[in-house]
Amino acid sequence: MSTDSTIMLRRNFKHTLRNPVTVFNAVLLPIVIMLMFVCVIGGAFSVGGSYVDYVTPGMIVLAITYGLSATAIAVNSDMTKGVINRFKVMDISRGAVLNAQVIGSLLRTLIAIAAIIGVAFALGFRTSASFPDWLGAIGFIVVVSVATIWLTVALGLAAKTPESAGMAIVPLILLPFLSSAIAPADTMKAGFRQFAEYQPFTPIIETLRGLLSGHVSAGHMIAALAWCVGIGVVGYVWSLATFSKRA
Amino acid sequence: MSELAITASGLRKAYRDKIVLDGIDLSVPAGTVFSLLGPNGAGKTTTVNVLTTLLKADAGTVRVAGHDVAAETKAVRAAIGVTGQFASVDDLLTGEENLALMADLQHLGGREGKRVVESLLARFDLTEAARKTAATYSGGMRRKLDLAMTLVGRPRIIFLDEPTTGLDPRSRRTMWEIIRGLVADGVTIFLTTQYLEEADQLADRIAVLDQGRLVAQGTSDELKRQVPGSHVRLRFADAAELVAAAGVLTGSARNDGDLTLRVPSDGGAKSLRALLNTLDEKSIDVDEFSVHTPDLDDVFLALTGHASTKENAQ
Repeated sequence: MSTDSTIMLRRNFKHTLRNPVTVFNAVLLPIVIMLMFVCVIGGAFSVGGSYVDYVTPGMIVLAITYGLSATAIAVNSDMTKGVINRFKVMDISRGAVLNAQVIGSLLRTLIAIAAIIGVAFALGFRTSASFPDWLGAIGFIVVVSVATIWLTVALGLAAKTPESAGMAIVPLILLPFLSSAIAPADTMKAGFRQFAEYQPFTPIIETLRGLLSGHVSAGHMIAALAWCVGIGVVGYVWSLATFSKRA
Repeated sequence: MSELAITASGLRKAYRDKIVLDGIDLSVPAGTVFSLLGPNGAGKTTTVNVLTTLLKADAGTVRVAGHDVAAETKAVRAAIGVTGQFASVDDLLTGEENLALMADLQHLGGREGKRVVESLLARFDLTEAARKTAATYSGGMRRKLDLAMTLVGRPRIIFLDEPTTGLDPRSRRTMWEIIRGLVADGVTIFLTTQYLEEADQLADRIAVLDQGRLVAQGTSDELKRQVPGSHVRLRFADAAELVAAAGVLTGSARNDGDLTLRVPSDGGAKSLRALLNTLDEKSIDVDEFSVHTPDLDDVFLALTGHASTKENAQ
């Protein structure tokens, strides 16, 4: 990472300190959703085991996607305000502004995920995952986060206003709800089931579920990583193209 | 001094079918102030964007600080500073942090960076507001901070795109003082403005831009010679008085519609007294009396044959 990116990352940290609401949002809402599903609704679900064990991986992925709206809005605000023009006429690395957004978002996401995992344990989450499994899970979480964040950066750059940037992310936030995050895909109505089976978040969540329970299916893992690479590459290329075109 | 800081030849730029720049040629000697004068929509900002590497021209060549903007973009960026029409400050950072960010990006190093930030805060009278976020600053303070951020890297060529548009008269004067200070330090300034007075006050050379073409170039005095100049406007109660006055005042232009007479005058007290004495001697009553000095609209009318489209453009 270039020093320009580090400088820009410091700038983003200061923004976060000035406006800590975004972190609260990213941490708090996934926890509220989790409490709702585990303590209120989930008791009625039959998932063949403890519901908190089933739903925790899904909630981790929800925490990733939920945090994306803040990223999209931050990226877009940067573009629509004058300061970006200053950066563009300075002799600094082109990608620094975007790199900083991606790293800043990743760190915020990891904080939210740490909080979700803490709450999960408090609610009785039990795992047979070994230490290497945990490392694999964390690595996988980072891969999923980075891929979706780059796509979000691209959407944020492409949007005309911060408001529409926030809206552009909504499908990405809704997708995990239509996956096996909350209930197994094979319990869903026809149509929804096929959608859930073939959309990226089902293999992603199944891979994470596998890693956290100690037995991951290679098929899911390959599908999940392929999706992540695809999403990440599209997001990255699209971001750079839009960034050099705008402002 | 004969070294050229900025040269552009045959610049063209069009967005789809709308031609924004239609063959611009200009050259700015190092250490001078060059002003691009024109109404909104004339192409001033587009010109600045091309000269500062933000925008690629469709045709033409530009050299800034001895480097070609298309081929040696990095070298150009390292040599210039740009303060745009809309203050490019980070609203969520304080004034001090904004400057420190620039110092970091210019790799000034901790102590040198701190020293530069503090001296700029003091120079721009922002020390008191240094720890407040830029979002709380007034328009004038934001412009000052913006310019201070541009100066962190000690650029030798500075582009100022309408640096005083929207500022109150007092802030405008402060900005002029700051710009004069930069000139005294030997910095080359490329300034765009809609105000003839501003160009007049600051610039060594002025170029008038209209619909993507330079319609005139020269010193402020050279340009003013092409303008009808200042005049006195007299309004009369009836047509008889108007005709009588037109008879005695040579070179005057009569407007029968609104009963006014336009008399060329340098606006000085002596000539005004003489004018009033003449009217007095002939016992001609004047309802209303006003002195007009040329403004951008007069320059435009004289140079282009049409009024500036300040109101309806954008």
